[in-house]
Amino acid sequence: MSVITPYRTELSSSRDGFAQLLRAEWTKFRTVRGWVIGTVVGALIIVGLGVLTASKSMCSIATVTRQNPNPVFHACPAPATGPGGEWVTDSFYFVRQPLAGNGGLTVRITSLTGLYSTHGGLPSGGNLLAGMTRGVQPWSKAGIIIKASTRRGSAYAAMMVTGSHGVRMQWNFTHDVAGTAGKVSAASPRWLRLTRSGDVISGYDSADGRHWTLVGRAVLAGLPATAQAGLFAATPGYTVNSTSLGGTSSVGGPALATATFDRVSRQGTWPAGRWTGQDIQAPVDSALPRSVQGFTQGRGRFTVSGSGDIAPADSASQVEHTLGGAFAGLIAMVVIGVMFVTAEYRRGLIRTTLTASPRRGRVLAAKAIVLAAVTFVAGLVAAAITIPISEHLLRANGNPISPLSAATLLRVTAGTAALLAVGAVLAVAVGTLLRRSAAAVTAVIAGVVLPYLLAVISGVLPAGAEEWLVRVTPAAGFAVQQGAPAYHQVVATYTPGTGYFPLAPWAGFAVLCAWAAVLVTLAAFRLRRSDA
Amino acid sequence: MSAVLASQDRPQARWAGSRDALHSEWTKLRTITGPGLALIAAIALTAALGAIAANAAGCQARGCQIDPAKVSLTGIYLGQAIVAIVAVTVVGGEYSTGMIRLTLTAVPRRWQVLAAKAAVVSAATLAAGAVAVLGSLLAGRLLLYGHGFTPAHGYEPLSLGTAAVLRAAAGSVLYLVLIALLGLGIATAIRDTATSIGVALGLLYLFPIITSFVADPHWQRHMDQIGPMTAGLYIQATTNLRSLPLTPWQGLGVLAAWAAGALLAGGVMLSLRDA
Repeated sequence: MSVITPYRTELSSSRDGFAQLLRAEWTKFRTVRGWVIGTVVGALIIVGLGVLTASKSMCSIATVTRQNPNPVFHACPAPATGPGGEWVTDSFYFVRQPLAGNGGLTVRITSLTGLYSTHGGLPSGGNLLAGMTRGVQPWSKAGIIIKASTRRGSAYAAMMVTGSHGVRMQWNFTHDVAGTAGKVSAASPRWLRLTRSGDVISGYDSADGRHWTLVGRAVLAGLPATAQAGLFAATPGYTVNSTSLGGTSSVGGPALATATFDRVSRQGTWPAGRWTGQDIQAPVDSALPRSVQGFTQGRGRFTVSGSGDIAPADSASQVEHTLGGAFAGLIAMVVIGVMFVTAEYRRGLIRTTLTASPRRGRVLAAKAIVLAAVTFVAGLVAAAITIPISEHLLRANGNPISPLSAATLLRVTAGTAALLAVGAVLAVAVGTLLRRSAAAVTAVIAGVVLPYLLAVISGVLPAGAEEWLVRVTPAAGFAVQQGAPAYHQVVATYTPGTGYFPLAPWAGFAVLCAWAAVLVTLAAFRLRRSDA
Repeated sequence: MSAVLASQDRPQARWAGSRDALHSEWTKLRTITGPGLALIAAIALTAALGAIAANAAGCQARGCQIDPAKVSLTGIYLGQAIVAIVAVTVVGGEYSTGMIRLTLTAVPRRWQVLAAKAAVVSAATLAAGAVAVLGSLLAGRLLLYGHGFTPAHGYEPLSLGTAAVLRAAAGSVLYLVLIALLGLGIATAIRDTATSIGVALGLLYLFPIITSFVADPHWQRHMDQIGPMTAGLYIQATTNLRSLPLTPWQGLGVLAAWAAGALLAGGVMLSLRDA
């Protein structure tokens, strides 16, 4: 009766632990001078390009006065700021009177027409409107509004008819809810109603003035007891964005919207008793001058003409643009990530590694974790240094800095670091799959960096192709760097080149993570199945 | 006695040596499957991307600001990356396998090795580039007419008989050759394949990305003028030449300066360092 004792190593079991493996990989990384230098260089490139971008972005407006014919340069003025802290356009013609306490306003709109200029500027002198084309813009808007004050950017809620988006209820610039669809005309008028109850404004629409539908309910926190209420008209300018090859070009000119209101009825206390017309206008504005905007009133009918827009302003902030160097940092991290694996194959070290730790999946995991941690820290430090420096430089160069919330700034900063980390993990996976550094570096750069490049440099690819590139390729991850959101109620050039991505920031990042996960799985499979 | 013989042999030996160096470099390039396949891929991808771009372009009326030659040659953006990588691996591969020591033993004059490599890589790129460019232009000629690039809209069919199109086509081939020489120079200086690819592609793609983020138009123009890719690709422009920051040939000259600089740096490092 012999007892067979299985072999037990005399070494303590902690020597085979995952922590040991992590330490081994960290030692490999730390002791190769080129990789450490490469990581530092990658981080420095991000900071350097950010500082370069910020220091070469200047914004100034020249003014010439009669006393001083030499132009004087001023910093560019910042747009108005809305209740949510975002940049807004708040420019329209307002026929108003104060509304004390709770109450409401009901109108019928029988027409919305417009004029627009197709060729940019306006004739100097003479009839401003001569030579303009008839037609409304998609987001020409007219209707009723309750607004905290006449200050630009103050809180509001409005019911409106639009050029081609039907009835809408909009409030505080960023909110937009659809009501009855279709165009307004004398044969098919639209009834609109706004009622105030405390801070809550309810918007209703109706086709006949009897059957009302609730469109939306807006809560305007801190709305003063006496608000300004009345009729308004506004229209953004005519723009045609030709986003074909050869660059995105935008042509257009200012526009004017005119709406006819009747059956105006007021509920509640309206102390003034009569209507006042006022042009709410920005100091520097592309809207039409004061002289062509205005209103007429007679026999219960109001005709209001206005130009401008009540909407979020295009505010692709330049602060996050200064992190554009992340792509160059990513190239550095990709090269290091690939070499972290392929160098072992080239030198034969991989056989030692796999002898020391025969569970191969864990070797790959340890490599990925070490590299992700190193690149994340490098990217985080680089982004955290770049953003405040470049914000300071941009401000010093006269650029208005668009307000980014702390959460957005944190997402952009940490997102840039995570982008580098996931990119490096993806490079480790491709390096394990291909084992040859040239092929792996090429594959990762062609898959991650090149689509980003083709999408961002406008004019290389048509707009549709650009968007698909940053939707399905790993380059979608760059969406995590987008600062300002895109709004559907604004006609603007929302392209990757101007800093807008088709996917939401975290959704885009998830696409990159999905690619990395698939490739890491394939790499683990290959590592287990093939001889080293 | 032997010394005298050696000195007599020298002129002929030098001539034969440079021919042998060329021959050996050509054999090395020819007998590895990688470069040949990569260049075929470069041809296919260049023509395919050009065809996709031509298919996506559209001109509805007279006066659209689209350059048909540039659209057809969009594929160069992708093709150049492969060409640069092939050039990098010609040197980087020798360092990773240790072959470089054998090469330098056989041809001890290091500038001669670099010149032979440059000549062989240039010739291969020239041949592949010519096929890629002709394929792209053919695709453009066939596709663009159907997308509104008609004589009615002010566009003649793409033809090498037009001086500007011929310049764009020949220039694009030269562009690819210069990109290959740039890659070769970088790889000779850096010696590591992966790092060299990163540096070469980073250098090409860096300038246009900075341009798209710098707000100052003066600096945008400046960046476009000094970037090897942005300046070099002006050679493709056939319309609106006045709006370019440089003339097409000046632009190609900028890229040639980058390539010459890289080759010089690579050559100096090669002759100074141990292999």
